[in-house]
Amino acid sequence: MAKYTYSYYPGCSSQKGASSSNLMKSVQTMCEELDVELKEIPDWNCCSASIGYASGSELPRITLSARNIALSEEHNPGETIVATCAACWLATREAAERLSHDPQLKAEADQALAEAGLKLKNETPIKHMAEVLVEDIGFENIQAGVKKPLEGIKIAGYVGCQTNRPFGIHGESFENPVYLDKMIEAVGAESVPTYEKKVQCCGGALAFSEPEKSQEMIKGIIEAAYDNGADMIATPCPLCQANVEIYQDQINERYNTKFNMPVVYYSQLISVAYGRSAEDAALDGQIIPAKQLEEIAKK
Amino acid sequence: MSDLNTRMIEKYRNDFLKEVEANVEEGEWVKMCMQCGVCSGSCPLGKHWAHPPQEIFMMIRAGKREEVLTSDSMWMCTSCYNCIVRCPRELPITHIMHGLATYSKKLGLVPKGQPTATFAEIFWNNMMKKGRVNELKLGLSLYFKDGFGQGIKNAMANQKLGMSMMKAKRMSPAEFFGGHGIKDVGGLQKMIKKAQELEEARMKKFD
Amino acid sequence: MSEEKKFAAYICTGCGIGDRLDAASLENVATREGRMNVVKQHEMLCSKEGVKMIQDDIDNDGVTHIVIAACSRRAKVDAFSFPESKVAVTRANLREGVIWARPDTDEARETTQEMAEDYIRMSCGEIKQMNPPKPSGQQERNPNILVVGGGVTGMTAALEAAAAGYTVHLVEKSGELGGHAAKLHKRVPFKAAPVGTPNSPDANLPMPEETGVPEMIQAVESNDNIKVYLNSRITKTSGAPGRFSVDISTESGDTVTENIGSIIQATGFTPWDPSVLSELHYSDSPDVITQLELEELANAAGDGPIKRPSDGKEVKAVVFVQDVGQNSDKEGELPYDSGVGDLVSIKQALYFKHHNGDCDTTIVYDNLRTPGAPGEDFYRSGQKNGVIFTKGDVKEVVPGDTLTVKMHDKILDEDAEIHADLVVLDVGMVPNSGPDPYAATESLEGMSDEEREAELEAQAEEAADETAVSVESILNLTYRQGTDLPQLKWGFTDSHFICFPYETRRTGIYAAGPVRRPMDIKQAMDDATGAAMKAIQEIELAAQGRANHPRTGDLSFPTFRREGCTQCKRCTVECPFGAIDEDEERYPQYNESRCRRCGTCMGACPVRVISFENYSVNTVGAQIKECLIPEEWDEKPRILVLACENDAYPALDQAAIAGQEISPWARVIPVRCLGSVSLSWVTDALNNGYDGIIMMGCKRGEDYQCHFVRGSTMANERMAKVGDTLESLNLEPERVVVHEVAITDIERAPALIKEMEETIEKVGLSPFKF
Ligand code: SF4
Ligand code: SF4
Ligand code: SF4
Ligand code: SF4
Ligand code: SF4
Repeated sequence: MAKYTYSYYPGCSSQKGASSSNLMKSVQTMCEELDVELKEIPDWNCCSASIGYASGSELPRITLSARNIALSEEHNPGETIVATCAACWLATREAAERLSHDPQLKAEADQALAEAGLKLKNETPIKHMAEVLVEDIGFENIQAGVKKPLEGIKIAGYVGCQTNRPFGIHGESFENPVYLDKMIEAVGAESVPTYEKKVQCCGGALAFSEPEKSQEMIKGIIEAAYDNGADMIATPCPLCQANVEIYQDQINERYNTKFNMPVVYYSQLISVAYGRSAEDAALDGQIIPAKQLEEIAKK
Repeated sequence: MSDLNTRMIEKYRNDFLKEVEANVEEGEWVKMCMQCGVCSGSCPLGKHWAHPPQEIFMMIRAGKREEVLTSDSMWMCTSCYNCIVRCPRELPITHIMHGLATYSKKLGLVPKGQPTATFAEIFWNNMMKKGRVNELKLGLSLYFKDGFGQGIKNAMANQKLGMSMMKAKRMSPAEFFGGHGIKDVGGLQKMIKKAQELEEARMKKFD
Repeated sequence: MSEEKKFAAYICTGCGIGDRLDAASLENVATREGRMNVVKQHEMLCSKEGVKMIQDDIDNDGVTHIVIAACSRRAKVDAFSFPESKVAVTRANLREGVIWARPDTDEARETTQEMAEDYIRMSCGEIKQMNPPKPSGQQERNPNILVVGGGVTGMTAALEAAAAGYTVHLVEKSGELGGHAAKLHKRVPFKAAPVGTPNSPDANLPMPEETGVPEMIQAVESNDNIKVYLNSRITKTSGAPGRFSVDISTESGDTVTENIGSIIQATGFTPWDPSVLSELHYSDSPDVITQLELEELANAAGDGPIKRPSDGKEVKAVVFVQDVGQNSDKEGELPYDSGVGDLVSIKQALYFKHHNGDCDTTIVYDNLRTPGAPGEDFYRSGQKNGVIFTKGDVKEVVPGDTLTVKMHDKILDEDAEIHADLVVLDVGMVPNSGPDPYAATESLEGMSDEEREAELEAQAEEAADETAVSVESILNLTYRQGTDLPQLKWGFTDSHFICFPYETRRTGIYAAGPVRRPMDIKQAMDDATGAAMKAIQEIELAAQGRANHPRTGDLSFPTFRREGCTQCKRCTVECPFGAIDEDEERYPQYNESRCRRCGTCMGACPVRVISFENYSVNTVGAQIKECLIPEEWDEKPRILVLACENDAYPALDQAAIAGQEISPWARVIPVRCLGSVSLSWVTDALNNGYDGIIMMGCKRGEDYQCHFVRGSTMANERMAKVGDTLESLNLEPERVVVHEVAITDIERAPALIKEMEETIEKVGLSPFKF
């Protein structure tokens, strides 16, 4: 038995071969190290993310998440659901809350779920992986297991939107959450508490549909990291990671900048600090290589 | 619903407000807005909105039905939730924006070629096919949304990106031929169909 | 004075005074130079033992005049008040005034000690000119309170005073109690939603509630302590707090005279008449009405739908136009906002919604104001019930079967039209004040003599103009300075909206409710309660011959030396509180209980015949004289600071507490008000060789902070004459300055002294050092 067990909802972008597979990989490594067992929800479906709203209006969208909760309650009874993707976490938690406040909506969702032979109790707590680290495991325990402190690396903690709002991590402020900075310090790196873009929106799904508007925002996020002397950016959100990392070429072209800023996950930081290989930490999944992390991993 | 498309209403009356309350997600909150403007000032895409949230709420209350429902403003919402956590009246602004977008789409009033509306539809259809999102197909269909020629151009522009994503094993060409999916696709589709029917039945008609 | 005088100085060595100063040498100064009969040190003078030491000296050794050389006069007030003994007390400020204001360094030691010794000399000089204050003997205790006005404010004040055991005479000019409030259908709710009420659109929020006025009338009428006079007026008010004599002309035509202790004026307001705004068609369209008129319609409707006046049709769409003729800079409109009209419109919109949720109710506002604890919740309550709030500027109302309100929507920035069956105007409140005694004189401020004359002539002409509306007097005071309460602004009767509410410029007469500033029922009731408390306090203080606000409890009062008086009338005219009348022989006649003890009369008197037992031209003059002026070659300038005890003196104390340095050349003398400063002090100081003089008083003018309202202004006018003195002495004009200093100026106040130090460096030391 692992020390901590959860019902795991990986989400579409974290699947193998998908845009955030490096998150999935490094989370697995991190969980091995922290003695966390993740029991995947069997046959989970997409949450429809923050863009599903337009075609899947309120009830269909909520029913999608209700299906995942129902499956978890059936197959992983009593386990807290944990998601690594901000959008997945948000959609699931929002659905659970809306259903518990609105009996009419719940009755309708039940009817729809019945079509798929499912039943929803809606009694399951839903957590983000960051909450697991901060609340269940704690900074002290994370720090205790560090084998190779990430000394000499200055990392801007970029929390983004949906990990931070509207729910956020309990006790943190929406305007200036500090848990990611604390996590960065726990693994021995230097945080950037003055990083003013830490909760700035990256454009989310609009990075696809409105590239110009989004890239202007992404530019600001990277620029501020450079201005604060950061070596790399770390984030808990797969959409943030992708948006901030992969468009740097296009931004360089559009704005005549010379950005080459690695963007990594907190789970990659922990994996490396815990002495795991670059491959285990999914550093090969970077478009912009995080060389300083690779070096530490090699040592 | 066609009568709803062209509904004419008297200005500064409760009519449109009531319609929004009945048919738009979280619409019953609109009347509680106190017009402070914090949402508009907090929105990362604020400057791109023809009518930022505060104004949209005022337009609803002023009965500007057509202008609201045919606006592309609410499609600018990136779901960053900045407005929600700052609104002194705690309006679920994000959801109302989504709700208005959805309602406008239901009525067929979305401006032609609105890219986010297009993307949202592609996304949804992609997801409904297998229960999970196929990022490659999603990407390709987005590039071809404006027709084949433009699609090639769009794709070329992102070719470099695609290649590096593939190299980093974050985009798999195998996806195109199958890729991820859930087992109970049938159940899922039935479930969603039911949900859609139930929601449709709940829509109020106004004359 | 027949009694033996015995002078004593007590030097405290506590709070670090003993460590920083040479106490033995201070004792020496007090004995040799100050010629005190008793001089003692104590290591903690404010302790029980320290105070007992002094008390024993009073009781056993016959000490009558006491110098406490310790902390500031603002500290340990109770310990050093000796209320049971008839003694005069002054304080030498060695702690805040000396050791805390100076750095603890070797270089500073000598000048710090000099400062302390000077303050001992000054206090010893002062105490010799002081006498123990004692009551005048004019005082009476009269437990009757007159309340003028029988609306919610007046009734509340009456009930509160009666509940505290005082007798109330309530005079109402109309035939019934209740005022405007009695005509309301419902009132704005008094209580906010419970804490924790969510923001959601289905939250339980406050709604309009019963006015409570009938119950209040019933309570007043059945209260044995309250005597109500309906259809009555006040024809004469003479006397002073504690001994007012008031003539009430009653319903029956008789006049009754009542002896009154203090007065509350609660004469309320009149709604502004919007007829002048022809574009709104108030006067020619029956369906354009004021809020008060809507109340009548709502009352008539009872539980049924509200019907409009023109044709009795049920109202299905109503528009409220906010702030009509308010916040305006146009002639004939109101320059202020009444502040409560938005809450009233919300309440009235809910009348319509209550009966018919589908009735369209639009409130067009520019700035929505919902003051008071329940304000925000009530606003939400309106929103929750579907009242539409639109920020806009109404340009015109087009009358007709359906009225059209043309406006500019300020949020959508476009012109728009709203159709309605009824239009309701939110008009402002005009205070029901009597004629302002100073209307003529205050417009003269800052004018030259010629301008003044011209203006007075113009005013006289205007007064002679038959068409000019003359406001009827309410109190008919027999005061030398006019029949009614002075007004602060826009006709409202007050002396300071924020710092001293209810306090008017006539001691013992308090204003409450909308005559004081615009307000709603809830605020008026709170206001009335406050005013009742003040009225009670005044009765009790007047009974003991003690001052009220701001020198609360002070027993000293001004007297004048009849033989010396030239009947110049300056004192009677300049007293900010109208305390001085004239007797049959045209000499000033002081009314102790009307007096606030500011000393403005003292500062005004050209022949210096006005004085208090413990504060006079001589008490301050002695301090100026006793300060040692070093020889010119010592290069130690002396700066005299005359600091108002209300703001400037505490600001200097605070500066020292906060560790700000104060120039070692400064010698600070507290004054009751800059208005009490006698020109002779300035002349004497210059003649004695002071190098610079700074006067620090409160802010004057329209937004004054002066605790005595006009004192600072009067001082400023008088000091304009200092220039002549300086010229005749051939001294530089920058040696004398007047500054406005606020209690918060703890950095600026010392800096102003520093500035004078620099000025003196520039212009050189005074040549008048002998
Ligand atoms: S959630 Fe949408 S509307 Fe709100 S601030 Fe973010 S982008 Fe703007
Ligand atoms: S922040 Fe809230 S109350 Fe303010 S304008 Fe936006 S929605 Fe309205
Ligand atoms: S508080 Fe005043 S009286 Fe008491 S010890 Fe200090 S200086 Fe002396
Ligand atoms: S001027 Fe001041 S001290 Fe003199 S009578 Fe008037 S209130 Fe009293
Ligand atoms: S100011 Fe002095 S001289 Fe003039 S009337 Fe008054 S007391 Fe007499």
